Amino acid sequence: QEGSDDGPDFLSEEDRGLRAINVDLQTDAALQVDISDALSERDKVKFTVHTKSSLPNFKQNEFSVVRQHEEFIWLHDSFVENEDYAGYIIPPAPPRPDFDASREKLQKLGEGEGSMTKEEFTKMKQELEAYVDLNTTTFFFLNMFLCRVAAHPILRKDLNFHVFLEYNQDLSVRGKNKKEKLEDFFKNMVKSADGVIVSGVKDVDDFFEHERTFLVEYHNRVKDASTKSDKMTRSHKNVADDYNRIGSSLYALGTQDSTDICKFFLKVSELFDKTRKIEARVSADEDLKLSDLLKYYLRESQAAKDLLYRRSRSLVDYENANKALDKARAKNKDVLQAETTQQICCQKFEKISESAKQELIDFKTRRVAAFRKNLVELAELELKHAK
Amino acid sequence: QSSPSSPEPASLPAEDLSTNSSGPKPAEIMLDDDREDLFAEATEEVSLDSPERDPILSPEPASAITPVTPTTLVAPRMESKSVTAPVIFDRSREEIEEEANGDLFDIEINVSDPEKVGDGMNAYMAYRVTTKTSLSMFHKNEFSVKRRFSDFLGLHSKLATKYMHMGYIVPPAPEKSIVGMTKVKVGKEDSSSTEFVEKRRAALERYLQRTVKHPTLLQDPDLRQFLESSELPRAVNTQALSGAGILRMVNKAADAVNKMTIKMNESDAWFEEKQQQFENLDQQLRKLHASVEALVCHRKELSANTAAFAKSAAMLGNSEDHTALSRALSQLAEVEEKIDQLHQEQAFADFYVFSEVLSDYIRLIAAVKGVFDHRMKCWQKWQDAQVTLQKKREAEAKLQLANKPDKLQQAKDEIKEWETKVQQGEKDFEQISKTIRKEVGRFEAQRVKDFKTVIIEYLESLVQTQQQLIKYWEAFLPEAKAIA
Repeated sequence: QEGSDDGPDFLSEEDRGLRAINVDLQTDAALQVDISDALSERDKVKFTVHTKSSLPNFKQNEFSVVRQHEEFIWLHDSFVENEDYAGYIIPPAPPRPDFDASREKLQKLGEGEGSMTKEEFTKMKQELEAYVDLNTTTFFFLNMFLCRVAAHPILRKDLNFHVFLEYNQDLSVRGKNKKEKLEDFFKNMVKSADGVIVSGVKDVDDFFEHERTFLVEYHNRVKDASTKSDKMTRSHKNVADDYNRIGSSLYALGTQDSTDICKFFLKVSELFDKTRKIEARVSADEDLKLSDLLKYYLRESQAAKDLLYRRSRSLVDYENANKALDKARAKNKDVLQAETTQQICCQKFEKISESAKQELIDFKTRRVAAFRKNLVELAELELKHAK
Repeated sequence: QSSPSSPEPASLPAEDLSTNSSGPKPAEIMLDDDREDLFAEATEEVSLDSPERDPILSPEPASAITPVTPTTLVAPRMESKSVTAPVIFDRSREEIEEEANGDLFDIEINVSDPEKVGDGMNAYMAYRVTTKTSLSMFHKNEFSVKRRFSDFLGLHSKLATKYMHMGYIVPPAPEKSIVGMTKVKVGKEDSSSTEFVEKRRAALERYLQRTVKHPTLLQDPDLRQFLESSELPRAVNTQALSGAGILRMVNKAADAVNKMTIKMNESDAWFEEKQQQFENLDQQLRKLHASVEALVCHRKELSANTAAFAKSAAMLGNSEDHTALSRALSQLAEVEEKIDQLHQEQAFADFYVFSEVLSDYIRLIAAVKGVFDHRMKCWQKWQDAQVTLQKKREAEAKLQLANKPDKLQQAKDEIKEWETKVQQGEKDFEQISKTIRKEVGRFEAQRVKDFKTVIIEYLESLVQTQQQLIKYWEAFLPEAKAIA
């Protein structure tokens, strides 16, 4: 089985530069994809998708294209809509990046460079770094998406994927307009209603039955844990911000004081500055290791649930086709047509079941490995910072 | 002219707002104490109305750091009001003395055991005030009494009345809180009312400790009575809605108006500088205090969120069917729970060690500003006396021209009277200026010490928290690694 999906490792950088992401695929250089850069323009963000491959399908061995978030979504949706992929867990779509807040600040920073005092400028820069850190969530998701697709034996061969990687013009994919969004909304409602009906059908296969119950419960709990973890990370960030303010107040006190305590104050304010940096780091790391992990698995478990749904749906279709066939045989009308339908359904179902089983097992292995890695790293980082 | 004799504790009514009150008992008490440092710190107290003051005020800042020999100076006026021997120093020497000696008094005060007395809306909290001392002005070496909050307020009001107009910085008492007290009275046994009581107890302790550190205030008989005597007359005039309370509010308003109208010619740059400094300090401290309060709030939030997350992680661990991962997640939940406790404790430290002291100092600075205002009022009085004197002189000149001998005599008498008043005003003004200089010096030294101690203590608490964090995460790490 190919590629256990190791989460990307993040290196930290102090400036607005990005974190270099190393993707570690066991199948080595057959296909390696990552996001090597991001550019924030007035109202959109452009990511540079960088590919390294030894596969013959590509014209070059190493190349890069520029993509926007909508194009990622387009790719994801094309997978979902592809019937052939019904039996696979589609890697979850990366959530829309929230660059607005940081863009605003960046603008202010650029404009105010002349007018602000040096301290205010540095303070703003520090706050901005925090925002850049937050954005690593976006990078994390984008990368995970790409890596999962690249590692998946079937999906990596998808034509759309190759186009996505190689075609260096704009894919002219527009975001969904209102009508389409409304359609999507209704589709989702229908799907969830259907899902309820379909889930009533008891599965013959114990493995799948067990998986279904497990997934439903797990999904809910991951959702809960993810929200709480987010809150916790935000609180940490608030504390770090407070340290920042305290540090600057102490600094002001120190510069204004005439007694010999002023040196003392200045030292303490430095200390608070350092502490703030570290606390901010703690919160960012927690965010990364814990919150992002949980968020990601929230989505993955949703995707797994979707898979199960599709399988159940096809099972129901199969059973319906069986019934239709029986009816047709009884009436001796359109038997051939019914038979073909039934065959198709049967094949579909079996195909899905087969791949689904493997996918779910993979999912578990991946999950365990990812949690292990992240929890270990979380603990190590917390230790490092505490020291 | 009548001035009261040295105030007997029981007989001094709480609303004695007259400026005739004076300082501590005759100086013989000072002799008994082995507090040489006290003498080095030149406490000066002058009864404003004592006519014999002139011979006592030695000529302007000159000479000797003569150790006080109160007997010689006090003797001629034994029968009159209590005055301690003033000792005049060179200003620079004063400052050196301040820094070198600090306030070294052997007296330790604790406020403890808050106890609810009574029921319903008449209930109140009684606090035990324990004093340990080797000072011989107290009857025993160790003693304790029960006091309630209004007793503290009463003490402060007495001290403020007696000393602030002379330029002494009297530490302010903790603030009233109707909401907080009502909750306690009603008997809600929840954490917010226990927190409130603890906050108040700590504030009262700090208040007393600060007050006894002041060498002049320590001498005060009211303070002694407060610490020692088992029964204390109830200070009813501290209630906000009493007659005295309303009088206080009116006075405050009048003062505020006056402040705006008095335009003082500041001849002494030192005062101008210091006032500016205190303004700045006030602003800075307020900002810092706000930040620290925000920190306390956020840390409490962090603690709550961590607890919620811990529960959530435990649930996740339960539903996870991979045993090792499940166990690791449960461990994570436990770790986070311990961390949440840690955060809570740190929040307490944030608050009591840091934030409360900051708010104390903000109120202290208000007291300092008040003292500066008194000086301004004193100056105004002096100026007014001069103006009146001028008018009287003009009137006398007119009378001389008009040649009315009987009225003339009266006019001359009045002139004499006002000349004395002018002299008095000038001396008062100089006196208060001197006292303020000393007080400010003492305040600054104290402030530096306090802040250092507070910050060090606070940083130590932060370090401790981190060390605990280390322990917890180190315990967790092998569990995480053990996930197969």
